[in-house]
Amino acid sequence: MKMVTAIIKPFKLDEVREALSAIGVQGITVTEVKGFGRQKGHTELYRGAEYVVDFLPKIKLEAAIKAEMLDQVVEAIEKAAQTGKIGDGKIFVQDLEQVLRIRTGEVGSEAL
Amino acid sequence: MKKFLALIALGFGLCLANVPAFAEEAMQAATETATAVAPAVAATAAPVPNKGDTTWMLISTALVVLMIVPGLSLFYGGLVRAKNMLSILSQVLAIFALISILWIIYGYSLAFGDGGAMNWMIGDLSKMFLAGMTPDSTAATFTDGVVIPEFTFVAFQLTFAAITTALIIGGFAERIKFSALLAFSALWFTFSYLPIAHMVWATGGYLFEKGALDFAGGTVVHINAGVAALVGAILIGKRIGYGKEPMAPHNLPMTMIGASLLWVGWFGFNAGSNLEATGGAALAFLNTIVATAAATLTWMFAEWMLRGKPSMLGMASGAIAGLVAVTPAAGLVGPMGAIILGGIAGPICLWGVTGLKKAFGYDDTLDVFGIHGVGGIIGAIGTGIFVSPALGGVGVDGYSMMGQVMTQATGVLVTIVWSGVVAFICFKVVDLTIGLRVKEEEEREGLDTSTHGERAYNG
Repeated sequence: MKMVTAIIKPFKLDEVREALSAIGVQGITVTEVKGFGRQKGHTELYRGAEYVVDFLPKIKLEAAIKAEMLDQVVEAIEKAAQTGKIGDGKIFVQDLEQVLRIRTGEVGSEAL
Repeated sequence: MKKFLALIALGFGLCLANVPAFAEEAMQAATETATAVAPAVAATAAPVPNKGDTTWMLISTALVVLMIVPGLSLFYGGLVRAKNMLSILSQVLAIFALISILWIIYGYSLAFGDGGAMNWMIGDLSKMFLAGMTPDSTAATFTDGVVIPEFTFVAFQLTFAAITTALIIGGFAERIKFSALLAFSALWFTFSYLPIAHMVWATGGYLFEKGALDFAGGTVVHINAGVAALVGAILIGKRIGYGKEPMAPHNLPMTMIGASLLWVGWFGFNAGSNLEATGGAALAFLNTIVATAAATLTWMFAEWMLRGKPSMLGMASGAIAGLVAVTPAAGLVGPMGAIILGGIAGPICLWGVTGLKKAFGYDDTLDVFGIHGVGGIIGAIGTGIFVSPALGGVGVDGYSMMGQVMTQATGVLVTIVWSGVVAFICFKVVDLTIGLRVKEEEEREGLDTSTHGERAYNG
């Protein structure tokens, strides 16, 4: 089992969700986050006050999947989230030790 | 005055060399002279308020309330951080309520009463608690023999006192102790607002008798409040983290709603200051649109050029700067004069909130001095220029531009010094007795929870 975490541009969320549903991913968790990468922040001006905003809003998306689906999932996210411009985000992949479905007590890939 | 107007009318007629128009103007002038004589004959009978005037003044009064309770509080509220939103709404509402009561107890009497030997500066206490006033009591307007119910005048002027005092809070928002603010407001209202209002607007007042022009309160309201806010900002000191931590406005749409309510309410403020539902009110009304429009555009273009982007907050601030600048001029200058006046106010007030503020390094949080103080000074001086009949203004008896500008400058200077000194003393007195500023941890936590025990946004 694998845990895929992706940081993407907020307006790409719907496309990514559709792409993942299309290849059979059963569920994802989404969080609004802020961060910085190579895409720099921007400057905001309020009358005399100038603020450099370093952290930009992004979406963090997490999906627990079967190991054999990994390549498909990573490719789906990559294609759907790509604009080709700086700030498109990153995908992180980790091994997932255990999963448990709280309602039934199922464990392992049965619980995904 | 009437003769003077008739002469201008004749002049225009001749310039146009339009014979029918000329005849019409001449006829009009003749009728005006005839009607001017009539009230003088009937002056022995006590004048009765005109229902149209009374209606207009009641509506104007309600419009100024609209400026304060929703308008100013949302305009200011949107500009602070979310943790201080309710403190702004509370402060404006509480000050409005407090000044309303003080106005009835002694404010009106001191502002508009006859102070005898002290009348150059202040009224008396003969009308405390509005003693002896009935629905039949009347107050004079700018036209001989035309009156409005005195209760109407009391209510209209009440709103001016309230908004002026409420404006000041922007100078030291996000850090003042609520109890200190209430004490300061009562003191400053008594020792600065009332004398300045009396000196400028009451018969026998020092600036009134000097011929200083202030149609709707450029000195009494805006310079007065702007200077007090500046003194407060300096004495109370900068917010913790000022210039280091981000302090961006928490809700600019609310600021826009507030600015819009201020603009609409300002029709009552400016056109209502005519005290009669006449062409003078219509002129003030129109000027309240066009000066504001001009300042919105000039601020927008100046910001766009100098800082790269035309911001909504900039446009809204420009609108307020235009409203402030046209306040003393509203019923006195022509629409073109108002446009120029507003147009000048936009970029200069932009400088007021950027260059000027940076140069001195004070934390006038919501730019009360930069917009109301600076805009008020431009308006007061500009009124002396654009009131000139040659520039489309209505003119005053024995007008000379240099003389009027000097008179206007005297009004500005007296207001700056008076309000500055009184505000300084009031702040010091409150600081020594109650303490002006909340504790550091309360300021960091935000005044909503630390002072008022509630939060603006839950969930």
